[in-house]
Amino acid sequence: MKKIVGSLTLCLCLLTGLVMAGIEAKPFDDPAKESLYRQLVADLRCLVCQNQNLADSNAELAVDLRRQVHEMVTRGDTGDQVTDYMVQRYGEFVLYSPPMNARTALLWLGPIVALLFGLFVAWRVAGSRRGPEQGGVSEADVARARDLLNK
Amino acid sequence: MIRFAIPVALFAVLVGFLFVGLNLDPREVPSPFIGKPAPAFDLPLLGDNEKRLTPEDMKGQVWLMNVWATWCPGCRQEHDTLLRLDQRNLAPIVGFDYKDESDKALSWLQTLGNPYQVVVEDVDGRAAIDWGVYGAPETFIIDAEGIVQYKHIGPLTDASVANDLVPVIERLKAEASL
Repeated sequence: MKKIVGSLTLCLCLLTGLVMAGIEAKPFDDPAKESLYRQLVADLRCLVCQNQNLADSNAELAVDLRRQVHEMVTRGDTGDQVTDYMVQRYGEFVLYSPPMNARTALLWLGPIVALLFGLFVAWRVAGSRRGPEQGGVSEADVARARDLLNK
Repeated sequence: MIRFAIPVALFAVLVGFLFVGLNLDPREVPSPFIGKPAPAFDLPLLGDNEKRLTPEDMKGQVWLMNVWATWCPGCRQEHDTLLRLDQRNLAPIVGFDYKDESDKALSWLQTLGNPYQVVVEDVDGRAAIDWGVYGAPETFIIDAEGIVQYKHIGPLTDASVANDLVPVIERLKAEASL
């Protein structure tokens, strides 16, 4: 058992090394630019491995796009300029947080609508169960129960 | 009765959504370039780096741009389909050799046959970013005005060429009266 846990831990450590190795160090002269870069690569999707952002992905395309973001940030482009550049080329799909517009309204408002609908249903169900005619307890029954308990 | 009808109806709607979702391919990201001018590039030709090609040079004809590389298994898969498409002489195919090595690419074309009128080399993948390329193979159809009209993602098959590409090419050629 100990052996298995040991080898599993070792595997995990080795894999972590593998993942970290792909993320190259990018020099920045300005800490503000560095934090902008970090924020951008965290918010942009890697299109090859679609459930990873640019920061986490080792795909060739992610490496190229990180280089592109790095170049743009270094030469002083704003976050919006970089985002627009990517959206122009890859569509809104590259954004991990899609903008609110007519096409994405259902995506953004859907959960709120579903929650309100759920609350409404819960309220209706709770309301209908409270009345004495549907298994509720009448005053007389309560009095009888109290009587029995006090005996 | 209605107490059961509502949940069953909701369930049916959910199943409907999931069923449609089952048949969608999340890898097919719609290209934002459809209906827009082809992004510019100025790239050296494979095998003759002195010469260069830009999309401007192709203006006046309906043409195809096929993004491929020797490291890409899907490109090997679609190669014979491309050769057959080229033999029909419908439209010139420009090869876009994506992040590849020249000698490997040249020997690939020599052994497997060359469906391309001309091949440009994008060694560092910068022009590919401008075209929104995210995985080879990809095939674009550009009209005589230089507008991107169609994009196919993934390997071409004889069926997708016959059903999707050829009708678009023929329509564009008719529109440009070529």
